[in-house]
Amino acid sequence: MKTNIDEYVDNGTRNIYNIKSEAESAKKILGLSEEIVRNISKEKNEPDWVLDIRLKALDLYNKMEDPDWGPDISYLNIDELLTYVKPNTGENRSWEDVPDDIKEVFDKLGIPEDEKKSLAGVGAQFDSEMIYHNLTEKMKELGVIYTNFDVAIQEYPELVKEYFTKAVPLNDHKYIALHYALFSGGSFVYIPKGVKLDQPLQSYFRLNEKGAGQFEHTLIIVEDSASLEFIEGCSAPGYNELNLHAGCVELFVKNNAYLRFSTIENWSKNMLNLNTKKCYVEENGTIEWIMGSFGSKVSMLYPLSVLNGRNAKCEFTNISFAGKGQNLDTGFKVIHNAPNTKTVVNAKSISKDGGICLFRSYSWVKKNAKNSKLALSCESLMMDSESRSDTIPVNNIETSDCVFSHEASIGKISEKAIFYLMSRGMSEVEAKALIVRGFAEPIAKAFPVEYAVEMNRLINLELEGSIG
Amino acid sequence: MLKINNLYTIAEDDNDKKILNGLNLEINPGEIHVIMGPNGSGKSTLANTILNNPRYIVTQGNIEFEGKDITNMRTNEIAKLGIFMSFQTPEEIPGITLAHFLKSTKKSITGEKQSIVELSKEISDNMNKLDMNKSYLNRDFNVGFSGGEKKKNEILQMLTYNPKLVILDETDSGLDVDAIKTVVKGISLYKNDNNAVLIITHSTKMLEGLKIDKVHVLVNGKIVETGDISLANYIDQNGYKKYLGDNHEN
Ligand SMILES: Nc1ncnc2c1ncn2[C@@H]1O[C@H](COP(=O)(O)OP(=O)(O)OP(=O)(O)O)[C@@H](O)[C@H]1O
Ligand SMILES: [Mg+2]
Repeated sequence: MKTNIDEYVDNGTRNIYNIKSEAESAKKILGLSEEIVRNISKEKNEPDWVLDIRLKALDLYNKMEDPDWGPDISYLNIDELLTYVKPNTGENRSWEDVPDDIKEVFDKLGIPEDEKKSLAGVGAQFDSEMIYHNLTEKMKELGVIYTNFDVAIQEYPELVKEYFTKAVPLNDHKYIALHYALFSGGSFVYIPKGVKLDQPLQSYFRLNEKGAGQFEHTLIIVEDSASLEFIEGCSAPGYNELNLHAGCVELFVKNNAYLRFSTIENWSKNMLNLNTKKCYVEENGTIEWIMGSFGSKVSMLYPLSVLNGRNAKCEFTNISFAGKGQNLDTGFKVIHNAPNTKTVVNAKSISKDGGICLFRSYSWVKKNAKNSKLALSCESLMMDSESRSDTIPVNNIETSDCVFSHEASIGKISEKAIFYLMSRGMSEVEAKALIVRGFAEPIAKAFPVEYAVEMNRLINLELEGSIG
Repeated sequence: MLKINNLYTIAEDDNDKKILNGLNLEINPGEIHVIMGPNGSGKSTLANTILNNPRYIVTQGNIEFEGKDITNMRTNEIAKLGIFMSFQTPEEIPGITLAHFLKSTKKSITGEKQSIVELSKEISDNMNKLDMNKSYLNRDFNVGFSGGEKKKNEILQMLTYNPKLVILDETDSGLDVDAIKTVVKGISLYKNDNNAVLIITHSTKMLEGLKIDKVHVLVNGKIVETGDISLANYIDQNGYKKYLGDNHEN
């Protein structure tokens, strides 16, 4: 039982993300086969209908090909991947009951502390299983449900059946099929009609085991006139072995409902992050996506919003930071499927030391989406000439009664500005960090306060890591 | 205080472009010097070279500050020694407020932790001296500032850091008559027997009300004449014909 936090010390800033816990796991499964999928299902005591989904998904996975576009991920060998890693504890309601070696990791990440200060509920996953879930009494009394996804299958089967796989289908792409074959952990959230949460819920996903995959499933239903802010954090310590994250997020925002879904993701640089997110928004509903992508070796992530009811709204705010050896292929997709629907996209990317940031956008405005508005803005900052940044917009606009605007700018960090700041006493690293912070500021403002601070820390860490 | 010995520079991205050609200059504590010269003669290059802007390469000669050779020192280290330059074209830093900028750069320059309250008061006093509106503190640094406002912002920084040597690169250009007076007032308030000022300018307006010790004429990267304030007035009247003519004969 040892936590190795001194591994990465940079100008006095400890990289808390790199804490390698030597917590013993209770069970590890290597590779993928029908037997393995059946075993995982049995381990979780699942009803047959869930096992059927897993098996169907496995079959699809075996038949499907890697995408013929985007970054190369052909080196992923599923037979060498730990597809299920069970931590040495069940799910706890109190941090006191979480084993010390696991609790220490979450303490360092500041999760229990944030919970006390400003959260209505917290879930924490370690490798393949949730090890903690808790919701304030007040929320429980209001009928809010916030549990482990596996628990939801057992306790709210009707509700889960109604929504599970309905936003993201099994055959969406190869890695979502893999996800449905192996899914484990994640959060289930149900906000009843009219209930407005004044504090956020937060789920934190930590992948500790080297060479392992994480396949959590998050399902959120925000009923009519209800309102929720959900925060998702992800990180992993760095290893040489390839890790895989193929999570899935399904969101349902009903009439007049509001959901803000914030993600700050700092996977280690050995992570393949092939995540899938989708949201259905009904009449007058609002989805706000706030995303910060810092880590991973390769990311492929393009949240889709379907604006299904009149006046439905989507706001998408994203920042990506790619350093050496990172290829962040991200973006967003929207389908306007009703009149008066509105989309606002604000995306920024920073690339350095040969890092690649690509932002893809796909906007489909259907014929019935009269009087809809889309405003897209993408800005890229490159720290040097080896780095790459680009935006690829694809638009499919079927009605002329639509206001569409797209602004894109790609630029290199200004040598003049760096000199100016250095003439004011700042080192080159400090000068660059200040410029990047300023560039990211409009996005940082959208994040919850703790995460905005975190983001600035990440930027400093990323920049200090390589220079000097 | 500042001693420049036989300085030659070329541009980093254009090695054939010789900009400074054997320049000599000495400034003592308490003095105010003026450099005048035609467009493109190398005035901004001189200011940038003193702060070791990597875009300029010194091929010969050196620069000393308080007895120390600073020719190859990093720009931020030179700034920390107490040399400040007011830029001819100040930069904009989107997303960083003026207040944030002043606080973090003051700390970088002095290396000291000053209480926020004390520093805020200092900044506020300096803004009063320069007739600057304090709401600018919450605006992004120089973003959307007018040309004159940017120049005043340079002088605000000068007062806030309180350096030993100040280089003002055409701080007066773009300023209205009243703003020039305000800037001159700022310089007078800053100036004492231990610090020094180098004013780069195209006009004599900014020199009124200041006690000028020396005026240098810079042509083709070299100081061709040094005199007192009357030399500035002569150039104001007659321009640089005389010196350019000399060159033709060479
Ligand atoms: N980075 C550079 N690369 C190439 N040439 C340069 C560079 N910087 C300056 N120069 C050239 O060097 C010469 C001097 O430029 P400098 O900016 O120092 O002139 P100046 O005296 O300040 O002029 P002004 O009065 O117009 O401000 C000019 O001919 C200019 O074009
Ligand atoms: Mg100039």
